[in-house]
Amino acid sequence: MEKYKMHILICGGTGCRASASEAIQNNLQDALKAKGLEEEVQVVMTGCFGFCEKGPIVKILPDNTFYIEVKPEDAEEIIEEHIIKGRKVMRLLYTDPEKKEVVSDSKHMGFYKKQIRIALRNCGFINPENIDEYIATEGYAALGKCLAEMTPQAVIDEIKESGLRGRGGGGFPTGLKWEFASKNEADQKYVVCNADEGDPGAFMDRSILEGDPHSVLEAMAICGYTMGADKGVIYIRAEYPLAIERLKVAIKQAREYGLLGNDIMGSGFNFDVEMRYGAGAFVCGEETALIHSMEGLRGEPTVKPPFPAESGYNGKPTNVNNVETFANIPVIINKGAGWFNKIGTEKSTGTKVFALAGKINNVGLIEVPMGTTLREVIYEIGGGIKDGKKFKAVQTGGPSGGCLTEKHLDTPIDFDNLLAVGSMMGSGGMIVMDEDDCMVSVAKFYLDFTVEESCGKCTPCRVGNKRLYELLDKITEGKGTKEDLDLLRNLSTVIKDTSLCGLGQTSPNPVLSTIENFYDEYIAHVEEHKCPSGQCKALMQYVIDPELCVGCTLCARNCPVDCIAGDRKEAHIIDTAKCIKCGACMEKCKFNAISIQ
Amino acid sequence: MAKIKLAKSKIDTLVDICKSFDNDGAELINVLHKAQETFGYLPAEVQEIIARELNVSVAHVYGVVTFYSFFSMVPKGEFPISICMGTACYVRGAEKVLEEFKRLLDVPVGETTEDGKFSISCLRCVGACGLAPVVTIGERVYGRVAAGDVADIIKEYQS
Repeated sequence: MEKYKMHILICGGTGCRASASEAIQNNLQDALKAKGLEEEVQVVMTGCFGFCEKGPIVKILPDNTFYIEVKPEDAEEIIEEHIIKGRKVMRLLYTDPEKKEVVSDSKHMGFYKKQIRIALRNCGFINPENIDEYIATEGYAALGKCLAEMTPQAVIDEIKESGLRGRGGGGFPTGLKWEFASKNEADQKYVVCNADEGDPGAFMDRSILEGDPHSVLEAMAICGYTMGADKGVIYIRAEYPLAIERLKVAIKQAREYGLLGNDIMGSGFNFDVEMRYGAGAFVCGEETALIHSMEGLRGEPTVKPPFPAESGYNGKPTNVNNVETFANIPVIINKGAGWFNKIGTEKSTGTKVFALAGKINNVGLIEVPMGTTLREVIYEIGGGIKDGKKFKAVQTGGPSGGCLTEKHLDTPIDFDNLLAVGSMMGSGGMIVMDEDDCMVSVAKFYLDFTVEESCGKCTPCRVGNKRLYELLDKITEGKGTKEDLDLLRNLSTVIKDTSLCGLGQTSPNPVLSTIENFYDEYIAHVEEHKCPSGQCKALMQYVIDPELCVGCTLCARNCPVDCIAGDRKEAHIIDTAKCIKCGACMEKCKFNAISIQ
Repeated sequence: MAKIKLAKSKIDTLVDICKSFDNDGAELINVLHKAQETFGYLPAEVQEIIARELNVSVAHVYGVVTFYSFFSMVPKGEFPISICMGTACYVRGAEKVLEEFKRLLDVPVGETTEDGKFSISCLRCVGACGLAPVVTIGERVYGRVAAGDVADIIKEYQS
């Protein structure tokens, strides 16, 4: 292997790649070549660093310098100044927004301080397309330890003792699940990795697969060893081309090294992995639906029991775990259950990865110990609300979760606490909303999603959710009544109680939690026919204040439907009948003369 | 369904795709992925041939095609526009961006303009939430799009 003096790491996650990280890589390499340094400095495209808000990110080792918002044209300066002259490029460093101090090292940034990275340990650290780098960070040591030193039952006991619970949302104890699958005798068994991340606004699994694909392969092999399965299948969204590509490379390399295939490490244990592609169906996150989809059928769930551990893929015992769950396994084996179960809370051990997004300063991928409070996540890691606006709600658990408010901010995040306050952990989407977001519209947004994604097999979910959506639509149109709120509540309860699978059993949560926490806002919609946040188009009008309007004509020139009239230097008027309420005029007005009524 | 009117060479391609999966009915979704990759969409004729080759009913193939949002029975435009409607993009104003695309191109979601140039679809999270709201046109990703930028984006493709 080559020995390099310095390494330049570039984030190759989807967000940073969208902002030209490949061009940055090329320019850096060209600049190094021009200076004859290509043998001294290695440029590596890694997985996601997590700090997506400030991407593209470039990190320089060994001095740990963390450059943000790097552009392809900055490459030459980084090489010239930093690599050759040893001077940091100050303008590309992060400035702490509160202390106004420049921070050059990610360890001292508010965004990273409270994080503990277990599942994301290698993301942004190794080159995901090079198995040697994974092996250099204890990769495949856990598999070796299991095969050489531990019986399958000992591995299961270790996972049970670690307290690890399924990270896909359900929170079922992983060790127990493995034990069930191991106890069912069959000629063929399967390990399945659920990489069909369907939660809108969540990208944890994709980042792990893009940044550290081997950790998932290694864990699947360990799982196969415990339950006596020699086949693993990764069910992945076809919409994740980069993750698919990196997995293909990883599988090929692992086979070449004899870490997948027959007689792994001379132990006599056989295990290989193949991939199946999802085709865009949220319900396939449910394990029985996922299995049907793997069999080439419509992804409709079936009643449990029988559980997949008895009769799953092709009718054989099958264990399904999510990507993040698997990514935790090698670390637990290497460091021991006793190390892992000291992190987090008593009943929810370890960490959880969240995709933090919405109206927050630091959008990104974070991993925090269970028990961290929402306040710490939103204000310390997330850097607070964007544009100095007021916090209104945080949505966890995606379309199955709920909207939590100010009063829940000090709740320590774990599986049970979130359920107790009417939301759920879900797979890890965390969307922050501010005072401009209308909670009725948010509930309607989620129901729109559920209606589209309901597989249609059971009536409560297929018909009930549609009726919920219609009621919410009626309310946002200003035609709702107070009785509709009771109807929403009753119908929600019925859908939850009678639906077949997890989708319908949780889909009314966004409605129930917003009614519970933002009742006044619903009342304003149905009684005063007003939308307090000014989001519901039917309930608002744009008006120009003649006192403030100076007649600059900027609004009229920007109106896409020409509905603003007025002479130069005279107050303008909006023709509300023609107005499509796009808000372009208000955005452009420099005199704050346009408001929503 | 309409009578098969695909060219012979295309039928052969399809038959080969099915054969590469051992004409196994359980491989239907993989076959459909490959077929859509080849033809751009899955019209009725394509589904009929796949059903025949895999020895399953056309209804079964149609049932699977219409179940999954990734499969489409109408051709996409030369420049397929996808607006991310993930929650992160939604709360940062993706709906207004979508409305503007619909208004300017005068087509609803899921359809293609008459000249075949543009098609509009919604997708759920491309994983670039830091750039919300996100629009993709073909391979190109546009981040932090505002309704006011839409006209300029469309102009890039109209020359």
